[in-house]
Amino acid sequence: MTPEPTPLTSLREGAIATVAEIKLPAEQRRRLFELGLLLGTPVELVRFAPFGDPVEIKVRGYNLSLRRHEAEQILVRPA
Amino acid sequence: MNHTEHAPADLNQARDIQRDTQPRAGEPAAPSTLQYVVLTGNPNTGKTSVFNALTGLRAKVGNYAGVTVERIEGRLVGAPAGLDVRVLDLPGAYSLRATSVAEQVACDVLLQRQPDVPPPALVVIVLDASNLERNLYYATQVIELGYPTLVALNMVDVAEANGIHVDTSKLADALGVPVIPTIATGRKGIPELRQAIISALQRPACTRPKSFCALPGPFQAEVDDLARLLATVRPSHAWLAPAEALLLLSSVRALESSMKHLPKHVIDAVHAARARLEAANIDWRTLPIEARYATAQAIHQAVATEHWPRGETVTDKLDRVLTHRLWGTVIFLSAMALMFQAMFVFGRVPSQALQAGFSLLGRAIESVLPPGDLTDLLVNGVIGGVGAVVVFLPQILLLFLFIEFLEDTGYMARVAFLMDRVLSKVGLAGKSFIPLLCSFGCAIPGIMAARAIESPRDRLVTCLVVPLMGCSARLPVYTLLISACIPETKAFGVLNLRGLTMLGMYILGIAAALSMAWLFKNTLLKGEPSMLVMELPPYRKPLLGAMLIRMWDRAKLFLYRAGTVILGVNIILWFLLSYPRDAQLERASEAKLAEVRAQLATGGLTSTEAETAMAAIQAEREAARLTHSFAGRLGRLIEPVIAPLGFDWKIGIGIVASFGARELFVSTMAIIHNMGQPDDTGLNLHDLAQKLRTERRPDGTPAFTTLTGVTLMVFYVFALQCASTVAVMWRETNSLKWPLIQWIYMGALAWIMAFLTRQLGLLLGLG
Ligand SMILES: Nc1nc2c(ncn2[C@@H]2O[C@H](COP(=O)(O)OP(=O)(O)O)[C@@H](O)[C@H]2O)c(=O)[nH]1
Repeated sequence: MTPEPTPLTSLREGAIATVAEIKLPAEQRRRLFELGLLLGTPVELVRFAPFGDPVEIKVRGYNLSLRRHEAEQILVRPA
Repeated sequence: MNHTEHAPADLNQARDIQRDTQPRAGEPAAPSTLQYVVLTGNPNTGKTSVFNALTGLRAKVGNYAGVTVERIEGRLVGAPAGLDVRVLDLPGAYSLRATSVAEQVACDVLLQRQPDVPPPALVVIVLDASNLERNLYYATQVIELGYPTLVALNMVDVAEANGIHVDTSKLADALGVPVIPTIATGRKGIPELRQAIISALQRPACTRPKSFCALPGPFQAEVDDLARLLATVRPSHAWLAPAEALLLLSSVRALESSMKHLPKHVIDAVHAARARLEAANIDWRTLPIEARYATAQAIHQAVATEHWPRGETVTDKLDRVLTHRLWGTVIFLSAMALMFQAMFVFGRVPSQALQAGFSLLGRAIESVLPPGDLTDLLVNGVIGGVGAVVVFLPQILLLFLFIEFLEDTGYMARVAFLMDRVLSKVGLAGKSFIPLLCSFGCAIPGIMAARAIESPRDRLVTCLVVPLMGCSARLPVYTLLISACIPETKAFGVLNLRGLTMLGMYILGIAAALSMAWLFKNTLLKGEPSMLVMELPPYRKPLLGAMLIRMWDRAKLFLYRAGTVILGVNIILWFLLSYPRDAQLERASEAKLAEVRAQLATGGLTSTEAETAMAAIQAEREAARLTHSFAGRLGRLIEPVIAPLGFDWKIGIGIVASFGARELFVSTMAIIHNMGQPDDTGLNLHDLAQKLRTERRPDGTPAFTTLTGVTLMVFYVFALQCASTVAVMWRETNSLKWPLIQWIYMGALAWIMAFLTRQLGLLLGLG
């Protein structure tokens, strides 16, 4: 069985996982998709900013910063 | 029976007909007409560097109609005679389904909806070879539009350094358009790109663009149907219709932004088509994105070879320090301190030199021209006004240089990353930090620095609150009032009360700015919280030459747009402060002066005595003129309004004059208390403070009590007394609405806070 998806923010810095679900409003999800964060895409959690927010991730070879609030709605499965 | 089969043929036929008969983009109607080449691509791909290389750095910087998005345009150098080619550097975009205002502009230009941009004859897509996959996602959308298109494969040096080799000819085959490898900063590949642009303009190729988005049959059928409908609405642009149709169908935002361009039956058709797709269980939002990314990924895999597995890049290593929780913050704060120091400490030297130069010029003119109103206008109105503009120049130049540096190196994104948490608490953006910081020096560069903030709402809120930060023009006002009204004692035995008061005013300003930001975000500028998704681009070495030229271009825009308004306001202010004149009064003081001169001539007075007497008469005349002027009358007119704050009409005149600029309070106080015009050696603040301390009201009570001083300072913390700020707000927001709102809210706040301060003080038995 595939493991239950967990929020992106639950990953350790440096861990890699694949996107399983994005629980954000349609337009925001669309934006993330267009930036390449499609379901099944591998993402690396690079680091948290001071105070744990925002979150830096690496996807398709480039780095993105997301607010924690949104990153929590991105569910991932360990790769 | 199955319309999907013959539909594309129809459509293509329609397209070809359009191409043959209509003078469309890409076909030079006459050999010497102006032709537009647009540069487009993702942000940070080196678009601007390619632009600079093509145009030889001679850009014209302006704004797109109706939005505050920078428009950069230049002439292609090296075009053959008779070919006038303009290159337009579009704002960076991640998709044609726009999310930001800047992306919308890029999209509108490409769909030929931007009224102030002529139809492009050629599109040059700039690709970042080191980040190909996401770049291809955008590039394929643009190619599908159907313009004659070239691809500049930029940053090949970066790609090679990362161990990635891109096969240019394979990429050209896959995309169906010519690909020219470039290193924009090293000028490599630029002559080839220029040549390709020129030949493409001279012999536009009419190949049908490839499609990069394989949709299931029913979806494609809906796209084709809609395209046919669009072609009937805008027959001249029928060739654009297929790409436009896909865009409209698959994006809520694209449809919203098209409302004003399309008739209702088209909008209805889009909704109906979406409903049909939903009924068939087809996700019209996601499917086109997935399909296109699949293509982009496939192309990427086919054209790029990795010499070694991706490891840690230089950027990764740098970021481990620069965005480190502790070190990153320390380095950031030091960098900001350095920037502030440079702008407002070193920047002051040329500022003062310029100001001194202008007042020297003023006096030179005064000495050659006969005294009179015209000379006065020239010296105090015009030259004073120009001086008021250019004193900002050194700081503005330095600011732009810093911002350019932060943006070009990629550090700006890290600023936002580090500060986002703190500032988003009150509804500001991470990038608001720089405007807020600059505003400790002056709100003008602060407001201009807010351009770096992408979200229009965050940018506006930032602009609305930055004038609350204690700017350097408040300093002389605070200094005067503190030395006049605050006793030189120690609070709690150790702290200097005067220093403490000064600090208190600055803290009050910061607190006010943050609270107001929060308030605006929760009332007037409420909206769904913007999602901050921001790329952290690789660090790059910036080019000094390009930075300097861009700095100068932007400064020119400041001089030309804001400068003219500031100058105008200064002339009006001069007028309000000098007119109307009272003839009787002028004659009386002339008579007194004549009398002194006569006494001097007959030996009744020594020359020093005469000089003192004449200075006293002059000072008295200045005071009388000011009291008599429109500003003076206004000061008295507002007395009932400011009386509850404990201010008399003399302070009223000071406040009125301060609406030009805060520091005018000091010189106005000097004039009105018969101390004469402050000269260039600087007004002696100490003497003035002494004078204010002894100043009595008609009833014999002191005019400047401790409480009055504090109340007045609180008023200056909040009130927007700066014509230049209003002018810049006007220019930066493109409307009078926001500066007006700002002026009113800050004024109301000033009155209320000053009133509360006074009441509190009275309760505590001060006063
Ligand atoms: N190494 C390298 N750096 C480049 C190249 N092109 C641009 N840059 C740098 O990349 C940064 C971003 O470039 P810019 O032209 O501002 O990108 P834009 O955001 O797409 O307009 C700048 O620091 C440029 O100096 C290139 O081909 N190679």
